[in-house]
Amino acid sequence: MTFKEALANEDWVVTCEVAPPKGVDMTHVLEEAELLRGKVAAVNVTDLQAAAMRVSSLATCTLLKQQGIEPIMQMVCRDRNRLALQSDLLSAYVLGIRNVLCLTGDHTTLGDHPDAKPVFDLDSVSLLHAAQGLIDGKDLAGNELESVPSELFLGAIVTPCADPIEPQIYKLHQKIEAGAKFIQTQAVYDVGAFEAFMKRIEDVKTPILVGIVLLKSAGMARYMNANVAGVTVPDDLIKEMAEAGEKDKQAKAEGKKGGHKVKTSIEIAARLIRDLKPLCQGIHIMPLGWGHHVPAVLEAAGL
Amino acid sequence: MIASELKPLDEILERMEDEANVFVVACDGCAAGCHVSDPDHTEEMVKELEEAGKTVTGVSRVEMACNSGLTALMLAQYLPAVNQADGLLVMSCGVGVQSVAAAVEKPVHPAANSIHLGGFQGLWRSEARCAQCGDCMLDYTGGICPYTACSKGLTHGSCGGPMDGKCEVDPSIPCGWERIYERLAALGKADRLREMPARLRDYRHMLPMKERRRSSLWALELMEGDSETAGEGG
Repeated sequence: MTFKEALANEDWVVTCEVAPPKGVDMTHVLEEAELLRGKVAAVNVTDLQAAAMRVSSLATCTLLKQQGIEPIMQMVCRDRNRLALQSDLLSAYVLGIRNVLCLTGDHTTLGDHPDAKPVFDLDSVSLLHAAQGLIDGKDLAGNELESVPSELFLGAIVTPCADPIEPQIYKLHQKIEAGAKFIQTQAVYDVGAFEAFMKRIEDVKTPILVGIVLLKSAGMARYMNANVAGVTVPDDLIKEMAEAGEKDKQAKAEGKKGGHKVKTSIEIAARLIRDLKPLCQGIHIMPLGWGHHVPAVLEAAGL
Repeated sequence: MIASELKPLDEILERMEDEANVFVVACDGCAAGCHVSDPDHTEEMVKELEEAGKTVTGVSRVEMACNSGLTALMLAQYLPAVNQADGLLVMSCGVGVQSVAAAVEKPVHPAANSIHLGGFQGLWRSEARCAQCGDCMLDYTGGICPYTACSKGLTHGSCGGPMDGKCEVDPSIPCGWERIYERLAALGKADRLREMPARLRDYRHMLPMKERRRSSLWALELMEGDSETAGEGG
């Protein structure tokens, strides 16, 4: 069953992201995706995440597809104008890619080529509009396509715990209006806040996959609280991770095996997944380098 | 107003490597106000050129180097010194450099970089406001321009980046779209953000297209040129 069919079926759906390498050795990213085979409905591939130059999402998605793993190609508007974006949508389609997650993208000044020209010819909403146009047989200029990528399946993102939340909700409606058929969210750690968000968008019928980012340490949690918009890790989770970190330190000092942080991180993620499960149609895991722990998270969550 | 800043001395010298004799043109307009070509900085530049082994054949202060007619007249007064020079160092914005280049058959070198100030036109100059996009949507956005107020120039709402109401690209400024949202909410019109159609910018309005590379003054300048030629003939 495809990702699209699973969502249409109203199944509980799991997706997970992998990141292409900065270099040409694809072994690691393909192995990470291999670990997810049979456990997730589809694998997202990030598009120059954090505005850092690396292998494209398109190339990585193509390799996944060849490997029999269904990809979700992430596409940002920072690096390509409307010609290149539409062309890459067609190119992805002819290579067998169907799912596309449309995002605006981080600004160039935050990445590893801060002197680059930021494009942003389109943004998340107009990219969805452009992709929907292709599905309907026309490019953005209104020219008829000779053949149509009718099976493209478009997604968008939302930040459910942003403050204020209203602008996010307005934009979510614009994205759905423009063509988004599934939504993956920014990381959620606060079940109550997510529940409130879902209540605010009761009228939205588009399936929502709630984002889970694996906490690697208390330091990472504090960093996200200070620097990542719309992400708040509650104090009790930070405390749990800090205690696990202490145990690891102690174990190391005593020459014993640690692994407490990993264990705690997996427990927290599994708990979040169980608590969030009744509120939406699936989860989207962003392991940020801890892809090898994802199978354990899914197992602990009973998925 | 065109803002400018001096290039690093090394860059200036590198570009004039093969030119031992230099004539300096310093603009008394905007560039002087930007501390590029005011008398002190001009004097300093002359000293630095001499320390680097150059011979400065002369210095001309021009009221507004961008005034091409006046600049040509001023330089005519220094003809021997200009002729002695292998090249000219122009302490002005890019318009001034071009105006000097049009007046003399010598290599010209910019001493400064002009700084992009798109959006700062008008008398309310404290921040970039109008990008002259040719497709005004200020009624949709509560009188706050998303092209200039948003670092990404987004047309449909904020990105996922603002933290505590601040822009992710420049945390010293508020998120433009949060300002727009608050303004529309105060007017009781925030719901229009939900209805806003997908909107594409037409960049032809912003690019220097063939017919936009020249202002209507271009024709006037041509006419003046004709009359000068006519005058000479008479």
